[in-house]
This record gives sequence, structure tokens and C-alpha cells, in this order.
Amino acid sequence: MAKTSKEWTPNLFEIAKIPDYILPGHRMCAGCVAPVIVKLALRALPDPENTVIVNATGCLEVATTIFPYTAWKRPWIHNAFENAAATASGVEAAFKVLKRKGIWKDELPTIVVFGGDGGTYDIGLQSLSGAIERGHKFVYILYDNEAYMNTGIQRSGSTPQYAATTTSPAGKVIPGKLEWKKPIGFIISAHHNAYVATANPYYWIDFMKKVRKAAEYDGPAFIHAISPCDRGWRFDPGISMEIARLATDTCLHPLWEFDPETREYRITDRSLYLAKNPDKIIPVEEYLKRQGRFAHLFRPVRRDDLIKQIQDRVMKEWHYLLKLAGFE
Amino acid sequence: MSPAEQIDMLLNGDEAAAWAARHCNVDVVAAYPITPQTIIVERFSEFVANGEVDCEFISVESEHSALSACVGAAAAGARAFTATAANGLNLMHEILYIASSLRLPIVMAVANRAVSGPINIHCDHTDAIGSAFLASWLMFFCENAQEVYDTIIQAYKIAENPRVLLPVMVSFDGFLISHTAERIKIFKDEKVVQEFLGGPRKVAKINLMGKEVELSLNPKNPVPVTFGPLDLFDYYFEHKRQQFEAMENAYKVIEEVHEQYAEISGRRYGDGFVVPYRTEDAEIIAVVMGSTAGTMRYVVDEMREEGIKIGVLRVRTYRPFPYDRLAKYLSRAKVVGVFDRVQDAGLVGGPLFIETRASLYDLPERPIVVNYVYGLGGRDTTPEMIRSAFDELVDIAKGKIKPFRRKYLGVRE
Repeated sequence: MAKTSKEWTPNLFEIAKIPDYILPGHRMCAGCVAPVIVKLALRALPDPENTVIVNATGCLEVATTIFPYTAWKRPWIHNAFENAAATASGVEAAFKVLKRKGIWKDELPTIVVFGGDGGTYDIGLQSLSGAIERGHKFVYILYDNEAYMNTGIQRSGSTPQYAATTTSPAGKVIPGKLEWKKPIGFIISAHHNAYVATANPYYWIDFMKKVRKAAEYDGPAFIHAISPCDRGWRFDPGISMEIARLATDTCLHPLWEFDPETREYRITDRSLYLAKNPDKIIPVEEYLKRQGRFAHLFRPVRRDDLIKQIQDRVMKEWHYLLKLAGFE
Repeated sequence: MSPAEQIDMLLNGDEAAAWAARHCNVDVVAAYPITPQTIIVERFSEFVANGEVDCEFISVESEHSALSACVGAAAAGARAFTATAANGLNLMHEILYIASSLRLPIVMAVANRAVSGPINIHCDHTDAIGSAFLASWLMFFCENAQEVYDTIIQAYKIAENPRVLLPVMVSFDGFLISHTAERIKIFKDEKVVQEFLGGPRKVAKINLMGKEVELSLNPKNPVPVTFGPLDLFDYYFEHKRQQFEAMENAYKVIEEVHEQYAEISGRRYGDGFVVPYRTEDAEIIAVVMGSTAGTMRYVVDEMREEGIKIGVLRVRTYRPFPYDRLAKYLSRAKVVGVFDRVQDAGLVGGPLFIETRASLYDLPERPIVVNYVYGLGGRDTTPEMIRSAFDELVDIAKGKIKPFRRKYLGVRE
């Protein structure tokens, strides 16, 4: 792990030469960040040509493969919603044994899995945990848009507290989803055998470095990338990347990585800067007020109590991370 | 051509399945323990642990993941195998349809077991038939451990045939076959089996955008394949139509493979689809699947001694259903009794009954067809019970009692 941690950093001139493996013409919504995540991730692989992609059911799968068209210029498989990691286990095992038998003669392909938050936090958590425990070598990239967006904005285990969704609406009595989101990265790092990182496509150098490390790690790897959804979060499609930036700059989605060999948590990039310069942390309100899913916290009556509750919890989680990373 | 050299082994049905998978040189096994299938994965794990097979054994965390991993492995070009029963098969249900729609030649052994609830570990056929009734899998029901071994080997050759490319389920009665040791013959040299299968799995080729590509996740394909896209009202139906076609093609391929296998093994199971016993001049014929056929042959012999013209027709391939064979063998009977080991409350009759009766509909003269439900949850089906049912069939033929739609054999009313 440690040996690969410093070497590679994306060079804009070099990565611009790498062709796209997800082609234009797909039908993801304008303003969706998921294709940005895919483009950056595939460009960060050591050998992007030698890649097999596994996709859980979700927006990305549905909108990129409407038969007879496909946006994917690499071999790609979608099996079902809850089994992307199990499917990847089978793909990985197959190439391993076929190589051993001399039937597959090239280097083992990198297996990259894309799953949304529904397919990862909720319905697919069992198969993901099983695959991580068994130690299959793949890079699982969670694009987290914090609800079941493909079916029309329903609450998931990743939906943040007080966000309104169609199954956790902001009503007269209940102000959206009441629970905090599941700490998926820590759940995976608790397996103690996977490279785990959080990422933000706005901080693309950090993201790409982490994808490269994940691909070079000899075992399972998991990257949790925040993926703002203008349709579900209710913001103008032109400001998706700005919303992404705020997720990290408010410490709601801090950037860190977990080294399974040393068991160290490291805070990275912008979050490292914020750890050293806490006065630069942006109040969470700046993030909340730009999104329609939190509108009920501001109108018709401003709910300072709930905004403060979110702010306090963000800081509590942030300090927990600082402790894990040895800052406190 | 004389059969290849074989050796005698004392194996139960589960072990026979494990040996068949071993001889087929499977690349990936993904499986999860469930009674009465567990011995298959145990034996196979031993083969792996002892280096007797070169295979990736994925010890998955659920049956759902077992079949999901087989889908991934088979899409990557591997020969994949799994095994399950009862609730495990029900948990796989979603992926059964996906495996067949992706046209992946996976083979699965099923040690038939009653499904929960109430929870029960013993034999009936509700698991396989209930789960896979419409799933576009080929389905075989075996009578003994020998047939389990032979059928799994045949299954790969059928499944991997480009005219078929559908997964195959090989069923056998839980405990009655899975746990009963029998003396069976297996090939002395596993190379015989591998030659029969044509070596390692050869992935089918397709034409994609004017280029010939492997129907797999091979990154070296000149055009990469997208497996499992969103397929809406404008193409879904055509893809399903192709599955219908593949299943139709399977009739011919099953027949061919059954004959080719007979050449190397010296063993046949009827015509590959149905196994008739003393049906030529029979006025009364029982139709059944699985191990109960043996008990029925015993009772048939007893009644033949008494001069009663009775026979039994065992159905071996439930999918594709051999409707023409049933019409052929049952056309001259007066009374047909169909024995279903399935819980099917609310249907016209058991699944085997419904399909048997439908197979006879076009005959100019149709026999009377009645249905018995038997052996649910592993209820022992004794020769006496079968005799009582057969006596009823005789009475129907003589006009002594009226035909009925359905009766239950060996249950306390």
C-alpha cells in the first residue's frame, strides 16, 4: 500500500490524451455528476484498455445502455441491483482461473464496479461485505447521490438528515428524513482488508490519485464519491460542481483514506487544509440553503434549531475523523 | 464405438454431482451451503483444497450471490457451476431469469427440498418447479446418483451449444438421492469427459457492429460487449423471442447429446426426455418425475404378475417439456395418473398434470387423466400407497369409480 501512495499524480496533458470510455450521447440528466466520476475514474486506471466494468442497477446503468445503444467502450455488465459486488467476484475469479489455465493470456483486467447509494448502502450491502471479506480484487466506486434517484427521489440509507425526498417528505409534523446517513466508508474500512477512500470529483486530483491507488492495491478497494443530483437535491444544473465543493468545504463529506496495512486513516487534500485551518470551514447553512431538498429549513419559518442540529452533528463527525487521523 | 473405461464408486447423489463438476473441469464454483445440497460444496471444496481441480471456489455469503457470481464468471468466459435447494433456490429466483436472458451456460445442481414454510428439509419438487417454472432454464429431474453424474456432464454440452446457450438445472430428490449411497460408474479418465465437452468452454461468437466478437467480457474484443442493458418495449420482446427459439432448439440438442453420451458411457435414459417402463400395451400409465419412478416400477411388476396392463412413464426433462413424447407414449392408454410432488394450491392440478394433460389435447382420443399429490415435505411414498392409487386407476378404467381431478396420497385427512 505505502509504496504506491506517493508516485502517481494525474498530469492534465497526459490524461487528456486518454480516450473516453463512456461516450457522449448517454441520457444522464444535465448537471449529473455521475458521468464526471466515471470519466475521471477510468482515466486514472493504470491500463484503462484492460478494464471490465460492473454496474449495479441505477441511474448510471439505465441511462447509459438503452438498447440498442450503449455508451460504454469497455466490456460492461449489469446483473441486478443488489449484487454488483457478487457479480464482480465472479468476473474476478473467472479471469484468475482462466489465466492460470492459460486460456486468458494477458494481464488480469482491472475490475471497476459502479454502484449508487441504494445499491451500496442498502440493498447491496450484504453482497458488498461478502465480496470484501473474501478479498476479491476490484475497485468499487460508490457514486452517492443520497437517495433512490432512478425511481424518483426516495429516501435511502445515505439520505442526509432533514432532506426531503418523496418517501421522507417535509410535512407539517415531520421535517424530512429524521436520521443521519450511514457511515459507509467506516463500515467498509472495518473489514480491515480493503483500501477505502472518500472522494469528491470537484477535488479531481485527489479523486484520481485515490482511484489509481485503489487499482494498484492487491485486494478490494472502495471509493465513496459524492455525486450531487440537481433533480433530486433541487438546485440549478449549472452549479453541480459548486455543490460538490461545498459538501467537502463544510466538512459534510470530508476527504480521507484508509490504509488497510497500517490501519491508518489519512485526511487528504482540501480536508487536510481544513484540518489545519479550521477557520476556513464553511458553515453548513451555505450548503443547505442552495438546495430545494432543505428548503423547509428556511421557509416559511426558519428552523434554526434544525440547522444547528445538523451543524453540531457535522462537527461531531468531523472531530471523530480528526481523532482517527491523529489530529486530536 | 465402445464405451470408455469406467470405474465403480460408492457415491451418493450429492457426491456424484461434485464428481461430475470435477470431471467437467469447471472453472468457477460459487455456492452456499444448504441441506440437502451441502455435501456437493463440501466435496468440491475438498477437491480444491487437495489440488485435484483447478478451479476458483467462491464461498459466497448467500445463494443470491452464488448465482450472481456465476453470472459474472460465465459472462467472463468461464465454465461455472453452483448448487442449491429449497429456500436457497427461491433466494436465487431473481437471478435465474437474468442468467437465462444473458444466455449464460451455467449448470446448477438442485437437491430438491420442500420450501418454507413451515421449514422442512426433506424432498419435494416445489423448489425447482416453483422457482424456475417460467425462468427459461432447461430442467432435468434425475432418478438416481448415476443419472445425476451423467446428466451434469450432458448439461454442459447442451448449455454451451450455440443453438441453446441457456442455463441448465439438474434436479434430484433431496435425501432420497442426495444422501443415498449407490454404486455408480464414473469415467476412469476425466479426459474422456473433457473431450466429450470439446475441452474448456468455448465462448460463442457473435457479430457486433460488423465485427466477430466473443460473447463475453473479454477486453480484447474488437468491439466491447455490453451485458444486461436496459431493454424496453422496442426490443425486449425480440430478445425474449430468441429465448423461446433457444428452448425449442434444445429438443434437438438434448437428443443429440444424449446419443453422443450413450456412445462414451453405454448408458441411456429412455430417449433422453422420457423413460417408459412396460408402457407398450399398458391401459393404465402413471406419469412421475424423480426417484418415485423406481418404487412405481416395483408396483407395476407386481400388478403385471396379476395380469394388469399397467406401466410407468418417467419424465426426465421438465424444460423443455416433451409434449410430443407424452402424446406418443400415452395415446393408447385408457387412464393416466399424474403424480405431482409440488404444493400448487389453486391451480387446476399439479404442474406435471397440467402439462401432461395439455400434451394430450390434440389426440383424436384422449385418455382420462387424473392427478395425485404425493410426498410433500419428504412424506415417505411407500409401494402400498402407490398400489392403492394404481388400484384406483384400474377402477376408473373399469368404470367402477368416477374420474376425479385430484387426490392426495398418504396424507391424514
